[in-house]
Amino acid sequence: MKQKKVETIEDALDRISDGDTVLVGGFGFSGIPEKLIDGVCERGLRDLTIVNNSSGAQKLGVAKLLHNGCVGKVICSFPWGRESKIFTDLYEAGKVDLEIVPQGILAERMRAAGAGLGGILSPSGVGTEIAEGKSTHEIDGVEYLIEAALPGDIALVKATKVDPRGNLIYRLASQNMNPVMAMAAKYTIVEADEEVALGDLDPEHIMTAGVFVDRYYVTGRYKPDGWDGAWS
Amino acid sequence: MSDSVRLDRNQIAKRVAAELQDGWLVNLGLGIPTLAVNFIPEGYDVIFHSENGIIGMGPQPADEDVDTDLMSAGKGPVTLIPGAAFVHHADSFAVARGGRLDAAILGAYQVSDNGDFANWRLPNRHVGGIGGAMDIAVGAQQVFVTMSHTDKDGTSKLVENLTYPLTTRACVTKVFTDIAVISVTPEGFVLDEVAPGFTPDDVIAATAARLIVSDSVSTIAA
Repeated sequence: MKQKKVETIEDALDRISDGDTVLVGGFGFSGIPEKLIDGVCERGLRDLTIVNNSSGAQKLGVAKLLHNGCVGKVICSFPWGRESKIFTDLYEAGKVDLEIVPQGILAERMRAAGAGLGGILSPSGVGTEIAEGKSTHEIDGVEYLIEAALPGDIALVKATKVDPRGNLIYRLASQNMNPVMAMAAKYTIVEADEEVALGDLDPEHIMTAGVFVDRYYVTGRYKPDGWDGAWS
Repeated sequence: MSDSVRLDRNQIAKRVAAELQDGWLVNLGLGIPTLAVNFIPEGYDVIFHSENGIIGMGPQPADEDVDTDLMSAGKGPVTLIPGAAFVHHADSFAVARGGRLDAAILGAYQVSDNGDFANWRLPNRHVGGIGGAMDIAVGAQQVFVTMSHTDKDGTSKLVENLTYPLTTRACVTKVFTDIAVISVTPEGFVLDEVAPGFTPDDVIAATAARLIVSDSVSTIAA
């Protein structure tokens, strides 16, 4: 059997290089692979293109990568928030580029990449600023934007349970973009709260099949950074 | 307009909530739309969709039951109704673009009389936030906009042509403001209801687009 489990964050991240496109899971406080992000920051990687729903809240997720100077470009749907000014500051200073994408199209461009498609026909954003420079295509009288697939060199994924084949389960709403990111990257790295034995996951309940996972690291369950409310 | 008082946020939310039908699947934007959850008619099974993959959001939990893996798109803690389901982001937006949302209630900076609306970037800002708005507005069966009728300077947010960056073309079906309920029709804006104390002429004066007054114009039950 392929050895997917690694014992250290360093080993988990040994395939990432400067300039890579990195798909990073997470929405709000949930499903963010914080330990892998910490590892990227410690490696001092530079000029990464980061794909996530947002530019990060407080010093969490993408915001942490921005604070640590790892990011050359952000591809996201929501690049500002009341909790974090780091993206806006860097963007306005010309230190980081932005590609803004409607949230559902961001997910769908990654799903297309994972499915081996070149792109999608999108009804979202037709006639808007985000359509500038994009080709359109009409089917049955409806205009669509041609949106390219969005593959990653690397995906950083957070799961709740993993088994030795890399099969994944996510609790509650923590899956968010993680499953499509796992499919869309050439190399998918998972951090999981818990590892279970081979055969312990019900095949009918597996949410991401292990074929989409190259490597996993077991973190144990931890409280999200910056969350000061109730937690169990 | 001496006896007229503009509706507050809760009154707008209550009025838009009265549009929702039993059994509908609905997505709520941030702000006033989120308040609509508090005004669903007794006995109605209205299912709320959250863009981060929750179908069947319930009310806010007690502080001790908050779970960071169970929050709305606005990062507010929520619960689940019996029979709720989780999907990943791509499927969550398939719900939206695929036409499964009976209605979306969204905030806006401007709405034009052909149903275009703007809500993602202020013209004087470099950076805005699209989030899920473009996908949700393009796919929902009905798009209800809640907003104040005018901005702080008294400038109408209902216009002939948007001056703010477009979110989605020709999608808004009805607008719920602090002084009126207005339908978007092939003929343009139609005034259906006025807030208590307001006359149709008051609303016409506050609107920077042609406003057709419905034959059956009524007063909002505030």
